[in-house]
Amino acid sequence: MKFWRKPLDLDKIKISCGEIHIFKDRCKGCAFCVEYCPKDVLEMSEEFNIKGYHPPYVKNPDDCLECHLCEMLCPEFAIFVTLKENEKPANVTAEKGRK
Amino acid sequence: MKAKETKTKEIQSVPSKKGEIHPMENLLRMDRMPHIWCPSCGIGLAVTAFASALEKANIDPDKISIVSGIGCTGRVAGYVKLDSFHTTHGRPIAFGTGIRVANPKIKVVVFSGDGDLIAIGGNHFIHAARRNIDMLVVCVNNFIYAMTGGQVAPTTPLAAYATTSPYGCVEPPFNIPYIADSSGAVYVARWTTLHIRRLINSLAEALQKKGFSVVEVISPCGMYYSRINKLGDGLDMMKFYHDNVEIRHGEDTKNLDIGFQTKIICGKFVDRERPSYMERYNQWLSGVKGGSRDEG
Repeated sequence: MKFWRKPLDLDKIKISCGEIHIFKDRCKGCAFCVEYCPKDVLEMSEEFNIKGYHPPYVKNPDDCLECHLCEMLCPEFAIFVTLKENEKPANVTAEKGRK
Repeated sequence: MKAKETKTKEIQSVPSKKGEIHPMENLLRMDRMPHIWCPSCGIGLAVTAFASALEKANIDPDKISIVSGIGCTGRVAGYVKLDSFHTTHGRPIAFGTGIRVANPKIKVVVFSGDGDLIAIGGNHFIHAARRNIDMLVVCVNNFIYAMTGGQVAPTTPLAAYATTSPYGCVEPPFNIPYIADSSGAVYVARWTTLHIRRLINSLAEALQKKGFSVVEVISPCGMYYSRINKLGDGLDMMKFYHDNVEIRHGEDTKNLDIGFQTKIICGKFVDRERPSYMERYNQWLSGVKGGSRDEG
């Protein structure tokens, strides 16, 4: 994220980091999770699952912020997010800038 | 609360495939997944929202009962790990009334579709609202009879195509919040499946409410409604909701008609207090006979 000025407590802020789990064989390829992920973490894959649909895969695993929106928007209960143990400090993302 | 914790632990100790456990494993029957709903159907989202609302409202899963009718949404009763009841066509509210009156400690949730609740079960719907039976009705509205092949439902918008209306539907549709409001429901809200966080909050609020609460969930139907009307798949319907939904809390329910591909008004429209059926019953009985049944 870009800031107009550097927040005074920037070094204290920790951004939570999520890990995405996908049940590939439950997926029916509706692409709701890919469309509505705010950080574009997911992408539809070329491979087929057991039913012949294309499940999503995790393209940018480091960008996930554990917002759980993909979990809530999955009609097949096929995706969920857990909190990773190691949180990254906020200034790492501040340097990267907004996409 | 103690019983709930031990139950959750027991279930979590049984890992699913690859050792991964979905957070809703304690409320949904994951052994029956994948479910029968079509790709990009919105009913799964309504179930997700309901399960999250149960956790949010902190309701004991042993004190809740799900009743479903027939249709796509009628399948919900088979996928929840709660006391559930899959009833005859259009009668979930009648069965739910029976459960509520026989055991007032149980919270009844009727989870069914628009064709089941408003068409075949229309009379049960308005009379349960009139009596103010203490239950939550989740009405998943996909504008069509989807399970039987896309026939015209009482909520199909004017001019929309369906299997039984090849030249466009000529019947004016029902306005579900208006029926519920005018019949006497105490809580009426409408959300689409895209507004999932608002839907979760609304369902959690309605679960705490005493009296007849109705939450209409507008859901995409990628296989019938969208395909026959050439509107794309479920994702295109979600994008349509994103662009065309207007949130107006407290709007007069007269203005909530849904036309074909017109603006949809969502929000919480009615939130009022009325004595429920069991309260009136107990009050009347204590006046007449000097005794009452269990508080409900």
